[in-house]
Amino acid sequence: MSVHTSATGREASTATKAPARRWRVVDIVVASVIGVASGVVFWAWGVAYYGTDVLLSFSGGFQGIFNGMWLFAGVLGGIIIRKPGAAVYTEVVAAVVSMLIGTQWGFSVLIWGIVQGLAAEIVLALFLYKSWRLGVVLLAGTVAGLAVGLMDITFSSSAAALAPERQFVYVASSIVSGLVIAGLLSWLAARGLARSGALNRFASGRTTETLV
Amino acid sequence: MSILATIETTGVVSRVNPVAKLLAALVIAIVLLLSIDWVSAGTALVLELLLLPWAGLTARQLVVRTLPLWIAAPSSVLVTAVYGRDEGAVLVDWQVISVTEGSLSLAAAIGLRILAVGIPGIVLLATTDPTDLADGLGQVLRLPARFVLGALAGLRLVGLFMDDWRQLALARRARGVADSGGPIGALRRFGQQAFALLVLSVRRGSKLATAMEAKGFGSDEPRTWARPSVLGGRDIVLVALGAAVAAAAVTAAVVAGTWAFVLA
Amino acid sequence: MPSVSAQAGARVIARGWGWRHAGRRAHAVSALDLVIEPGERVLLLGASGAGKSTLLAGLAGVLGGDEDGDSEGELLVDGREPASQRGRVGLVLQDPDSQVVLARVGDDVAFGCENLAVPRDEIWRRVHESLEAVGLDLPLGASTTELSGGQKQRLALAGALAMRPGLLLLDEPTANLDPAGVVEVRDAVARVSESTGATLVVVEHRVSVWLPVVDRVVVLAAGGGVLADGRPDDVLRAQRDTLTTAGVWVPGVDLPVPSRRRVVGEPLLEATGLAVGRRGARGPAVAADIDLRVVAGRAVAVTGANGAGKSTLALTVAGLLPPVGGRFAASPALAAGAGTSPIRWRPRELLTRIGTVFQDPEHQFLSTTLRRELAVGPRALAVPGPEIDGRVDALLERLRLDHLAAANPFTLSGGEKRRLSVATILASRPSVLVLDEPTFGQDARTWRELVAFLAELLDDGRAVVAVTHDADLVSALADDVLDLSSRGAA
Repeated sequence: MSVHTSATGREASTATKAPARRWRVVDIVVASVIGVASGVVFWAWGVAYYGTDVLLSFSGGFQGIFNGMWLFAGVLGGIIIRKPGAAVYTEVVAAVVSMLIGTQWGFSVLIWGIVQGLAAEIVLALFLYKSWRLGVVLLAGTVAGLAVGLMDITFSSSAAALAPERQFVYVASSIVSGLVIAGLLSWLAARGLARSGALNRFASGRTTETLV
Repeated sequence: MSILATIETTGVVSRVNPVAKLLAALVIAIVLLLSIDWVSAGTALVLELLLLPWAGLTARQLVVRTLPLWIAAPSSVLVTAVYGRDEGAVLVDWQVISVTEGSLSLAAAIGLRILAVGIPGIVLLATTDPTDLADGLGQVLRLPARFVLGALAGLRLVGLFMDDWRQLALARRARGVADSGGPIGALRRFGQQAFALLVLSVRRGSKLATAMEAKGFGSDEPRTWARPSVLGGRDIVLVALGAAVAAAAVTAAVVAGTWAFVLA
Repeated sequence: MPSVSAQAGARVIARGWGWRHAGRRAHAVSALDLVIEPGERVLLLGASGAGKSTLLAGLAGVLGGDEDGDSEGELLVDGREPASQRGRVGLVLQDPDSQVVLARVGDDVAFGCENLAVPRDEIWRRVHESLEAVGLDLPLGASTTELSGGQKQRLALAGALAMRPGLLLLDEPTANLDPAGVVEVRDAVARVSESTGATLVVVEHRVSVWLPVVDRVVVLAAGGGVLADGRPDDVLRAQRDTLTTAGVWVPGVDLPVPSRRRVVGEPLLEATGLAVGRRGARGPAVAADIDLRVVAGRAVAVTGANGAGKSTLALTVAGLLPPVGGRFAASPALAAGAGTSPIRWRPRELLTRIGTVFQDPEHQFLSTTLRRELAVGPRALAVPGPEIDGRVDALLERLRLDHLAAANPFTLSGGEKRRLSVATILASRPSVLVLDEPTFGQDARTWRELVAFLAELLDDGRAVVAVTHDADLVSALADDVLDLSSRGAA
């Protein structure tokens, strides 16, 4: 069925009502779908990572630039579902799925997932789950990148063993990665999804001006 | 997707409650991650290898499933040896590469830890059916059923993803765009295909949500569970074993004096 | 066969009911007044956009709350709001794949009962009863992913039945099924409604399939309200023209057979002893020993049961899958210097020679607007800009999609998506068209348009290979028929 949506002021149905907090079934299932899809991507990325890991490690800290690929699930889920807990939930589901398939990091993936999700969640919560502008999304990605960078240099098998100045490079590249991959890419993906009409049941799918 | 398929085994472990398996692996992982030293990781690894026969996996299944570990561990060892924190006697010093006694022992610790943390997780979960895990999370841990089952439904849709991916690839050839642009073009196409898959999946997810709601799912009213999930003796034993492995690892490291708490 | 315990049918009352989805300007349903008595079996018809699916969703209580839209008036099941009595209403939807919740057959059927807090022993008893009632003779541990479309729909029906609903709603349950599946599902529903006495509301445009089952027909008007309501024969006779324009397959209305000029040109593709398989040259063959000639100006229909390898053959003929064995070559007229083996052609060479329309149009969409979508092919061929615009405009107009030129392809209706997928292939002017189930799930109007359009293309001198279950399509268009049922793998 053709979608005729207009964002201009009109007898808006629910656009002006206060956003609901409770998760509907469609929120849970779609967040899970995004999480599962991201989990598969995480796993595939981990597989691809082996080869590049060795090469990039000779770059002395710059391997943090890849971290964004593990962070976008939370940000994407958060900005699509737009409810408290969405970022954490989606990121955790993605982590669990990649764990189930099998990665070299095993269970630590789950713990990292929780922290990564929380980082994005905190940013979204700071804006009271009301602002979804590009700047907020980029910030969420950046903070997630910072969080995983710090986690890695403390606990992770590879980054914790780096020399201090290398660790600084690591965290910095992780932050950039979070900004670009988890922030910008997620924003673009959400916008693309909204335009294709896939988000009809979500507030995030109704604010684009597609007029036909 | 064969990677995701649960391995059916007759080993004891397959009859253990998934929640117990989860807890056992989690205990080991958390404890081991608190320190980077070869004694704790090595002890845990040895104990795990001793317990491996009870998992019921054939050697081949084992190798295939833990393959990521066998690739990651050596490469991490190499990287750490070369780039790791330097202490003690210097063995090699050439431009940015420096290998010292300290970095070597660190490398050994890292390699062992990867294996020690990874093996229980992979082995225990390879024999777990997702539906059973969901039943366990809902009944044993009393996690909200809406989230657990909603996530399970989302997970099920993964199987359809793979067929879609193949269709998407063929369609791109039919549209004449499967080979333009070299490596950058390939990356862009990958991204486009991944995005198309995301769109299809979200739509399918929305439809599934409606179907689930029509079956009464989603309200806060109490529900029953068709498949019972309880923690029995066998399950407690597994968790205890996990705790024992972790405790043994810590004790050995403290006694040997190599325990290096990461947060210190 | 033990019958499912009889449940009193539910009573449906709509008084001035309307619904507007959040974010839309127009109401999906408005001012609806309707009463359905317990035990009645209703066929709900109407043009697309008349709100049939919305009404069913409302009756099932799944439209949602304030976040999802606004309602007006009253919609009651047994005198109460539908959302407060889930389990009293069972809903079966159109897409077989999007209704399966769990991985094992028994678990999926038990799901509804679990949500309704039915005690464990009772759950499994109901599961067995329901599976028998729909005729699904499968072990409880069978994998749901491996089921056919008809089996999946019957599984969904069993899942709904296990809840012992008083009202059974079916939203185009057979639209995505092959003929065998359609009959399976219809028979299962007939059996079920006999034994339970539940009220039944079916939305379908395949009227003749459901006529034996229903005793009342209601037609919804596009602007709101009820257009016609009464006994099936009366309504179908009185509303014959409106319904035919709306795309309903009204029994007794003849399908137009397009007149063709019967231009016969040269052979373009030839297969001898061809064996095809999904995994290409190394894999097992799904069908073998196939002889096929694709000739300009002629249409070949490929028929056969599910699993006989029709889609695989289509993909092989289209140059997308490598043959497993035998000989398959393009004639010089088609190859025009690109080599005789289509699988070895580069994608750009394939574009101007063989065009493929997939069963699911969504798999082929690449762009964000229709205009750009149509331009993808010509652009890959480095056709100059103004000519691209010319081709795109002509196609948009010919296929009645010009008012949607700026729309996102995913937001189109089913029929529009199908027309778009055909248009995108034509933008690069291929000589051969391969179509996988082109009329699958389409209403009568789209069907007529597609057939007429294909006839035009044939007269233009193109060749058509159509994989189809649709017997009407075969008799309307096919010059040659290739039946794969009798062959096995080599």
